Order: sequence, then C-alpha cells, then structure tokens
Amino acid sequence: MAYFLQQLINGVVLGSIFGLIAIGYTMVYGIIGMVNFAHGDIFMIGGFVTIITFLVLGAIGLTWAPLALLLMLVIAMGFTALHGWAVERVAYRPLRTSNRLAPLISAIGMSIFLQNYVQIIQGARNKALGTPLISGSIQLMERDGFAVQITYMQIVIVVLTIVLMVGFTMLISNTALGRNQRACEQDMRMARLLGVDVDRTISLTFVMGAALAAVAGMVWLLYYGIIDFYVGFLAGIKAFSAAVLGGIGSLPGAMLGGLLIGLIEVFWSAYFSVEYKDVAAFAILVLALVFRPTGLLGKPEIEKV
Amino acid sequence: MVAAVEGARKATRTVPAMAKDAVIFAAVSLALAIPLVGFYITDQGSTNTLHTRFGPMFYGVGVLFLGKLALSFAESSEAIARRIALIGSALAVLWFVIAVTGVVQDDNQVLGWFTWIVVVAVAVRGWVESRRSGAAARAIATAEGTSLGAAVARLGRFLGPLFIGIALVAPFYAAAIDDKRLVDLGVLIFTYIMLGWGLNVVVGLAGLLDLGYVAFYAVGAYTYAVFSVKLGLNFWETLPVAGALAASFGILLGFPVLRLRGDYLAIVTLGFGEIIRIILLNWAELAGGAQGIGGIERPSFFGMPFTASPPEGTTSFNEFFNIEFSPMHRQIYLYYIILLLALLTNWFTLRIRKLPIGRAWEALREDEIACRALGINPTNTKLTAFAIGAMFGGFAGSFFATRQGFISPESFNFLESAIILAIVVLGGMGSQIGVVIATIVLIGGPEWFRDLAAYRMLAFGGLMVLIMIWRPEGLLAHREPTIRMHSQKRSA
Repeated sequence: MAYFLQQLINGVVLGSIFGLIAIGYTMVYGIIGMVNFAHGDIFMIGGFVTIITFLVLGAIGLTWAPLALLLMLVIAMGFTALHGWAVERVAYRPLRTSNRLAPLISAIGMSIFLQNYVQIIQGARNKALGTPLISGSIQLMERDGFAVQITYMQIVIVVLTIVLMVGFTMLISNTALGRNQRACEQDMRMARLLGVDVDRTISLTFVMGAALAAVAGMVWLLYYGIIDFYVGFLAGIKAFSAAVLGGIGSLPGAMLGGLLIGLIEVFWSAYFSVEYKDVAAFAILVLALVFRPTGLLGKPEIEKV
Repeated sequence: MVAAVEGARKATRTVPAMAKDAVIFAAVSLALAIPLVGFYITDQGSTNTLHTRFGPMFYGVGVLFLGKLALSFAESSEAIARRIALIGSALAVLWFVIAVTGVVQDDNQVLGWFTWIVVVAVAVRGWVESRRSGAAARAIATAEGTSLGAAVARLGRFLGPLFIGIALVAPFYAAAIDDKRLVDLGVLIFTYIMLGWGLNVVVGLAGLLDLGYVAFYAVGAYTYAVFSVKLGLNFWETLPVAGALAASFGILLGFPVLRLRGDYLAIVTLGFGEIIRIILLNWAELAGGAQGIGGIERPSFFGMPFTASPPEGTTSFNEFFNIEFSPMHRQIYLYYIILLLALLTNWFTLRIRKLPIGRAWEALREDEIACRALGINPTNTKLTAFAIGAMFGGFAGSFFATRQGFISPESFNFLESAIILAIVVLGGMGSQIGVVIATIVLIGGPEWFRDLAAYRMLAFGGLMVLIMIWRPEGLLAHREPTIRMHSQKRSA
C-alpha cells in the first residue's frame, strides 16, 4: 500500500508534466488541425533556457529560491514562447492552405532542425543542474520499513500545474482572445468574415502552447536535474499520446490524458518492467486510437463532403 | 488574390517601412539568439561553467538584418532601384564581414559559412522576386513548376534506361580506379532508393503517411540475422521469408489503425516503429539486445564465398573463376544484388499502378469518400499498400543485414524513418525518378561531408522545411493521371 501510494505521487507529478506539454498539442490541433511535431523540441528548448537562466542568476549572485524560481519561470516562458511563435511563422504559416501532409513534414523537418541546432550550440552531452534548487521532503507515512515521501519539489510542480491550468482555462473561457480562439476552432472562414484576426489568433495559440511547454521543460529540469537535446522527442510523443487519449482538441482532456499516461508509465515501471515503460505509453496510444478515436473527452469529428 | 494584394503591398513600401521591417526582424532574431546562442554551458564533471559569445551572436544578427533589408529592396517596385539596392546591400554585407571578422575568433568558420548562406539566399530570393511581380507571375511560376515535373516525367522514358545503364557499368569504373568507397556509396544509395521506392507505394501512391517504415526494415534485417545465425540459412533462402514476415507485420499493424485519418496514422506508425526498436533492444535471447547480432553470413555467389581462404570443401569465388582475390568482388556483388532488388521494386510498382488495385490506391489518395461511394473497400486497399510497402522494406532489411554482417537496434531509429520519408516527399510523392534524385541529393551529397555530422542533420531538417514551403508537393511533383478518357483533353 505504501509502495502504491508512493508510485501514485510520482505518477501524478510525471502526469502533470505530460499534461502541460499535451495542452500545446491539443490547442494547435484544435485550431488548425495539424500535429505540431516540433512541440516536443520546444519543450526541450524551454529546459535549456531554464538551465542557462539558472546559471546566469547564479553568476550574478541571485540564489534566493522563490525569486530565482519566479524569474526562471518568466524568462523561460518568454523566450520559449518566442521560439514557438517563430516556428509557426517560418514553417507552418506559409503552408496553411496546402495539403494536409505538407505542414506535418515541415514540422518533422523543424523538429530535426531544432534538435541539431541545440546540439550544435550547446553540445551533445547532457547538462546537469548540479545542486537542486528546492530540496527536502515531507514523510507522509511509513509502513513495513517503506517510507512514503513527497518532496517539496513535487508539491511545487503539482501546485504550479494546477495554478497554470486554472489560469489557462479562465483565459480560454473569459477573455476576448479565448473567444477568438474558440471561434477559429469552430469555423475559421466565418471567424475571419466577422473580423477575427485569424493569423494573430493562431500565432497566439502557438505562443501559449510554447509557454506551457516551457514550464514543463523547466519542471522537468528541476525534477530530474538533467536535460539533453534529445529529451523532447520521447516526451513529445508521450504528451501527444496524452492529448489523443484525452480527446484531441479538449483542454481538460489533455490534462486528464497527461495524468493517465504519467500514472500508467510509473505503475508499469514499478510493477512490470522499466525497460518496457515506453512501450506502455505507445501501446496506450494505439489502443486509444483503435477503440476510441475521439479520446475520452473529445467530440466525434464529422467529415463533411 | 491574397498573393496579389500581398505582392502589391510589398512593392509599394517606402524605405522607412522597409527599414522598420528589417529592424523588427533583427530584434526578433536577437531575442531568439540571446539565451541559446549568447550563452553556452560547458561541464567539467558535475560543475557547469557558463560562457558567453555575444560577439558572434551580434555578428550573426547583423548579417540577418542586412540580408532582410536587401531582400526588401529587391522586392521593391522600381527596377533600377532594385538592382542598385541589391548590389549595394551585397557590398554592405561583404563590408560587414570584413569589418567585424576581427570580433569573432574561434567561430570564424561557422560564421563565414553562415554569412555566405545568407548572402546566397538573399541573392536567389532577390533574383526570383525581381523576375516576377504580383499574382500573374506567381501563376506562371506554378505552371513552370508543374511543367518541370511533366518534363522530367516525359524524359523519364529516356532517363530511366540511361540511368540503369550508368548504374550497371558504374562498378567496373570503380574497379578500374580501385575505389572501394565509390562502390560502398553506390550500395548505400541504392539501399535508400529501394527503401524510398518501397515507401513510395505507401505514401506516394496510397497517400498513407507512415512514420515507422524503419520497423519493417528492422523486421527484415532481424529475420535474416536470426535465420542465418540460429538456423544457418543463406540470404536467398531467407529473402522471401523476410519479405513475408515484414508484410505480415504490416497487416498486423495496419488492420487496426488504417481507418484512422492521415496524421493519426502517422503518429501510430511512429509509435509502432519505436515499440519494435524497444522490443529488439530488450529481447536478449533472440535479438541480442543492445549488442545486436553479429557474425551474420555474408552473401555467397551460388554457394561460393567471397573469402581469401574458403572453408574446407568449398571453392571461393576467385578460385572458381581463376582470378586473384580482391575484397572488391564482394562489394560489387552486393552492389548488383541491391541494384536488382531496387529495380525489381521499381518494376513491380510501375506494373501494379496499372492494375485495378494500383488505380484504387491513387483514387483513394485523392478522395476517400468518392471511392467508398464507388464500392472500393478502403481498409483492404490500404492494407494491401501497407503490406506491399512493408514487404519491400523487409527485403531491403535482409540486404542490410547481409551487407553489414552485424546489426543492432541503433540502426533502426526514428531518424532513419524520417530520412526515408524525406526522400519520398522531397522527390515528389508518387514520382519514381524523384526518389532517385532526392536520394542522390540527400544521401550521396552529405556522405562526402561525414565530418560535419551535426551540421549535416541541421541542414537536412532545414531543407525539409524549405522544400515544403517552396514546393509543398515535392521537387518533381507531377501527378500524371494513369488513365484518361479523352486523350485530346491534355490541358485539363
């Protein structure tokens, strides 16, 4: 039981990270119907911006954890969002009216480009954070010599995710931007006729997705303490699986899917085999698509002739 | 319409507006460059050290600024102003290079290359833009584009045999100059051509985006490896089994997922490719795990091995033909095997395109709903395409195993799938000769720049994006209808 509880905590934390990335996939898919293959690499860039900010802050002597954390969050979100914007502007916008495959292939090219770009400018070795920014933990219970612990870092991650999710949901449901976004999602041409700046709305969608991915990248770095240029590939695929599982286009679905994928992965590693944990995530993706292509919370898509 | 308005707006901009554009562009580039280019981390053990390289960063942004400015001038409406501006800005860039080179020390070479790429890009864009104005020229450009594909398709009748002829005699030339590397390169190129043609059945003809093609390649390779090492079967005995096994895997995977739409299918196939790789990585008893399988039997010529000292009771190839032993013989033999396999794939594809099933693939690619209305079973049709594509992947995989003599899961990662897909897509989906050209460009070209491995992949990714933007249908996109009802209506 204690072991199970510990895995549950770990799973929820991992799931929060996947959920944050998955939102970027689900929003972009919802609005322009493409899989933003480079989103995982945007997440990776978020991690790299964070570690560099961390070192810069250390170099100027700013080490008070809450302020450092806040600055890292803001800076990582800002710069990564800019990367997200630039990727959309360069690789996807010129292809908005072309066939379905072209943007996807452009996105794969962008993903390869970003990975190698970071590899060249920052080196291929993985970067370790060194000293953890937040250490310490609370012991929840102990039974049969197994102590269930929740670290402060894990609490910060879950709280941060919840805060961002609530803020984000309000943004979508209450602001003019969110209304524009939902309008574009329903009928882009009609939205344009009614005066919605479609290009700007799509750009902002990418910016928001990238900002959330940056948070995920930062949290990933702080939690695991290590990052490399290739980390975005697997994390991206898993987050996409989460988005599909939850129902692509649905924001609560992305979060739910993220949680489920995180929990499945952690429990699979804990009770079956660590080697096949990636297979578990992919198998879930295939099963979800086969038995419920619209996902858990998604709406069925009606194809019009 | 939109393009025309856009063109007109661009042409009538004033100089301050252009300058403002360039400043914004440079500011965004700078903001993108600051965190990742401006700073970098080196690690000694567990301690990170932060370094800066602001010099090269500002230099790069400066080049981009001037390039953008030059481009704006080049797109301006006054023809003479355009040319003067173009020359002037090119000179400015050159001056900038000379003036600022002192600032940067170790990254000189990279920055030099970067500058040249920007200058060439601006020159090409400026030249193209100055030749066209507005939508009319754009329409001509598209017509030119299709006629390029059409011209190559017409020429294909002559290019094909010519190409095969060159391919047939090439190894003799290589043997004459005793260049083993050239034969190796030929083998590599034809392996990718074969994979490209195999995937072309799935992506080009049936329009199914498969991101996990390497899985079938792996199935073929491991089939031969296991059969050879555990059962002692030779290459030709295993080849049909490998093809059949890969095709069955194709059906097994395709059956549940083929009713999904394009991009879902892409992700599921990607997942499948990764699953196969992870299973191979962890299946120590059969697949050897991360160490892979070594000691796979090399190919033999009707049972005659290509070795200097053949095992007891066999005659080696050179002894039988009474010629001196040379390691080239095996290479050339391998070359002809893959040439044969690749041509077989091509011939098969060209023939099957004219059969009802091939026509159904292309129809399905164009309009699935119309096909369903006409009584074509989409699932079965797609499944056939998937299985046939997988079969060729399996053949190529077996060949890979016998060529290498050693295989490990690392050879079958996602990047490999992406490269094969890039070959098909960049060549122009469905174009057989496009695959050949794309392979020579993407595999043959970079093979000479092996030392620049990371830059090679960077350029590879960038090229994928650029070609998609420039020609979303691929380099040699030309969709010749395989059947026409009224032959006189060629213009339609």
